[in-house]
Parts: sequence; structure tokens; C-alpha cells
Amino acid sequence: MKFLCVECDQQMAFGERQLPGDGTLAATFKCPKCGRVVAMLTNPMETQLVSSLGVEIGGRTVPAEPFEMVNSMVVAGSAGSPAWSSDAQERLARVPSFVRGMVKKIYADYAKERGINEITPAVMDTARAELGLEGM
Amino acid sequence: MRTYHQLTDPDRSGLADQIGAQRRRVAERLAGVRRIVAVMSGKGGVGKSYVTAHLARALARAGRAVGVLDADLNGPTIPGLLQTPPVATPPAIGLDGVKCVSMGQFMNEGAPLTFKGPTAESFVWRGAMEASALRELLGDVAWGTLDFLLLDLPPGMQRYMELCDLLGNPPAVLTVTIPTPESHDAVRRAMRAAVDRGSQLLGIVENMVGPQFPGSAAEDLSREFSVPVLSRILFNPTAADWEELASQVSDARRTTDDAR
Repeated sequence: MKFLCVECDQQMAFGERQLPGDGTLAATFKCPKCGRVVAMLTNPMETQLVSSLGVEIGGRTVPAEPFEMVNSMVVAGSAGSPAWSSDAQERLARVPSFVRGMVKKIYADYAKERGINEITPAVMDTARAELGLEGM
Repeated sequence: MRTYHQLTDPDRSGLADQIGAQRRRVAERLAGVRRIVAVMSGKGGVGKSYVTAHLARALARAGRAVGVLDADLNGPTIPGLLQTPPVATPPAIGLDGVKCVSMGQFMNEGAPLTFKGPTAESFVWRGAMEASALRELLGDVAWGTLDFLLLDLPPGMQRYMELCDLLGNPPAVLTVTIPTPESHDAVRRAMRAAVDRGSQLLGIVENMVGPQFPGSAAEDLSREFSVPVLSRILFNPTAADWEELASQVSDARRTTDDAR
């Protein structure tokens, strides 16, 4: 992919890539003539699509390791849904029953997406902060 | 406003170059493989993996160096059929010295194939992720020198199409069917797709032959595609049956266009 500074009719140069850790990606591009910088921000699905090709935005600095994608992206893990530690189960039990199923699924999906095999109170806290689930 | 191809400075990400490097890696790893044969059907439950494993073993017993790539990423069965030990770095060595790589070697017992990533709309990226996994199974294994690399494909045609792209040329195809009309209909579509893509059809193996599954699928397909029925495998095949099939596959002539 290339970026064009329309005003200067100049191809913009790649600046830097950032992976904030929330599944998104940020890459900056700078116009060599006027110095304008733009950022390309991808959502988790777009980021994942690029990752699934085994390529890196900004170019590779080192060759790919053997089984790099399989080792980093395949969840070797459990034969079913993530396990719940006993204290996490106690905490889940305090959630009102009419929303408990939905809340459980949200935490389970969060764990699966990150290859987490056991849901603990610490995992629940992190998920709440990242997903904006205060009160669950 | 200028378009992509009118911008002449190189793309810093070099995505096309990165894809090219991946393809070269596959080609280099497979340079020592004399023959690549895709075992496919288009129909599920006809015994592709069973035929693949026993054919591989029979070829190995006949003195051939054989590898099997289990391309059924979601339902890997080759490690079990070849009784491969767990290994840190594939290939594992199974019964009769057959080399093997499978997604089963990367997943815990009973675990489904799951990728890290956003679960919402996962259909957008899951196919590409599976194709990448297949590429690594092909290109990240030190196969060494092989007489045959058998590719055990899952039902359907998606994996076959991915293989054609990854290999550069279509692999030769060994077709497995059971005798029933239903199998005939599904396998026929797969064979047509393979012909359209340019694969050499080595022949047909009719599996599970017996009164339980009446029909003449292999004979009908043989007539339609002008390819031989290499073997009819009974429910309780003997070692001699597999040796006969191995002999037929070994003798099959290559065309100039197939992958190896």
C-alpha cells in the first residue's frame, strides 16, 4: 500500500509502526515535500487480516522464524472453553442471573481471542478495563 | 490524482516481496521432493486419510523416502494413523519411517483449531490464516530428500486451490471415492476442478468396497475422466492391497506440468 500527498503530488514515506496491544495497528506516513504526516489506523479485523498473510506493515527487519504464524497465532490450548478459577466463578456468581450468561460469554470470548486458558479475577479486571465493562 | 501503479517509489512495506519470499521458501524446502501427490476426494468420510497413511507406509516399505503433510487442519488424523511421537520440531517420524507434519502436532489433544484474534466476523480472516498455516507446514519443515510427499486433503476444494497457489504448479492428484452414487457426484466435481486447474489425475482408489456401499462410482468416474481405477480396497484390506496400490502410484507417469 502507498500513500499520496495529493496537494504535493508526492508519494509519502513510511514513518513508523505501532502496535498498541489492543488488536489495532497504527502506521505513519510523511510527505517528503511538505512534511505533512498522516496516520493509518486499522481496526482489529483489518489488523488480523494483514497478520494472517504472514506479512508485516513497514517491512520485515528479520526473516520469519519457522512456524512463526502457527506458533504465535494458533491457540494450542484447551479442548473446550477457557477454564474458570474458583474465585473467578465466585465473582461471576455475584453477577445478576439475567445477564450472567452474556457476561460469561464476553469474558470467555476475551480469553479465547488472547489464547488465555484460565479466567481469573485478574483476567476479568483486565478485560473490564479494556472492554469498558465497569460494573460487570 | 495519480494511482498506485503510477507511484514509482518502492512500497516500504514490500508486501509483494514478502509474499514472494514466502513462496521461495516453500520452493526451496520442496526442492528435494521428487513427486508431490495430493490425495483428495471432494467427499467427506471416504477414507482419504486412511488411504494416504497406508499408501505412504507401503511406499516406505518398498524402499521409498516418503513424507505426509496432513492438510486437514481442522480434523488432523494422520499423526494417529502413523502413530507419530510428539516432537518439538516437525517432521515427526511415524510407522515404517514415514515423515509427517500435521496441525495435530501444534494443538492439544481434543482441542479445536482456534486462532488468536477478534472472534467477530472471523470469517474475514480465518481462511487466510489457514492458508498461512498450510504454507508453513509446507515450507518450514526440513523434508530433506523425498521420493513422495503425499498431501492428505480435507473434503472440499479450498485446500487444493490453496496448494496450487503455494506450489506454483498444480500437484498430481490421487482420487479417493466410495462406490455410492452420492460419492460419485461429489467426487466428480472435485475431479473436474482438478482438471480445470491443470492437475494430472493419477487414478482412482475405490475404498470401502463391499455390500454396505453398493454402486459403481469408481468405474463411472474412470470412464468419464479416462483415468484408471488403481485399486479397490475392501473393508478389511491386506498389506498386499496397499503394496499393489503403492506399485501403481510409483509407476504412474508424470506430466510436464505438475508440481513435481
